[in-house]
Amino acid sequence: MSWMAWTWPTALLFIGIFSAMGVLTILEIKSPGGAERKGALGLVTTRGDRLFLSLLGSAYIFLAWLGFFGTPLWAPLVIAICWATFCFWKV
Amino acid sequence: MKTENQKAWFFVLPVLLLVAFNALIPMMTVVNYSVQETFGDNMFFWEGLTWFENLLRSERFHASLGRQFLFTGLILAIEIPLGIAIAMSMPRKGFWVPFCLVIMALPMLIPWNVVGAMWNIFTLPDIGLMGYFLNHVLGISYDMTQNVFAAWVTIIIMDVWHWTSLVVLLSYAGLVSIPEAYYQAAKIDGASNFAVFRFIQLPKMKNVLTIAVLLRFIDSFNIYTEPFVLTGGGPGNSTTLLSIDLVKIALGQFDLGPAAAMSLIYFAITLLVSWLFYTLMTKDDAR
Repeated sequence: MSWMAWTWPTALLFIGIFSAMGVLTILEIKSPGGAERKGALGLVTTRGDRLFLSLLGSAYIFLAWLGFFGTPLWAPLVIAICWATFCFWKV
Repeated sequence: MKTENQKAWFFVLPVLLLVAFNALIPMMTVVNYSVQETFGDNMFFWEGLTWFENLLRSERFHASLGRQFLFTGLILAIEIPLGIAIAMSMPRKGFWVPFCLVIMALPMLIPWNVVGAMWNIFTLPDIGLMGYFLNHVLGISYDMTQNVFAAWVTIIIMDVWHWTSLVVLLSYAGLVSIPEAYYQAAKIDGASNFAVFRFIQLPKMKNVLTIAVLLRFIDSFNIYTEPFVLTGGGPGNSTTLLSIDLVKIALGQFDLGPAAAMSLIYFAITLLVSWLFYTLMTKDDAR
């Protein structure tokens, strides 16, 4: 494992992503079909699509903040959580 | 409650392991590298988000990203309409069909580095067939090793030459799948050629065109070998596309941390644009 140069922050990031996928798997087994619906953006999305949009959107929110304002990153964290909430709630 | 058989997942397992081994684990390593500095020897020092911050504000990155979008935009704007036009003018049946298909497929069979080398020799101003012809017969000053505009024209033409065939073959496959009855109906209604194209051929080609646009976007956005062999990123930095710059940082300067940060941003852009293309082009399909 040493060649992978793990650090705790990156490990936590991946643990977060993989546990989100785990939660989605459990939800899918409990109620199959992915909770498909047509959301606010006019797209037909499933839970998985919403997670994908939340993660990709959050990456862009953090990168944009970092590029325009730099650290610290508390404000984009709040924006990213709002974005993810919006994704799961409306999209 | 409906019970579902989940055994099929076991058949996916080998592919999953393979993808984990050759894509997921290296990708995770890149994420780890992107927040650290290394001088080799497996020694790493925590840097946080410094590389990302530096990169997002670096003129060099903005310039190569801009060149990359310009290149991809230009080749898509040329290859997609040109590919459709060629596919529509190809015969649908008869003796010439296999001939046309083989001729179209030939450029795609040539490896990237060979294409680069071929076009290099072809366009060299004093000994290349095209270079010599333009300079010494037509008297047009053309030197892709010195002139930025000439270098750009050359890499664009090279990519169009290499990859338009992909769009042609995909569009052609879409075209020949249209039943004759559609054309007969259009003829009875007195539809113009343009109406036939707009309301029959284009909608029927939509699925294959989605794949063509996606493949051409991803391949051209990640292009490395051909422009590297042809111009080496020059003259100056004028044809240094994103991947050429990335390799310069990673292997030329051995700055693994900044290079890892750059590849993650690169990946995020490819992912977003591919997602947008795919979503917009399949949005109206009933799911």
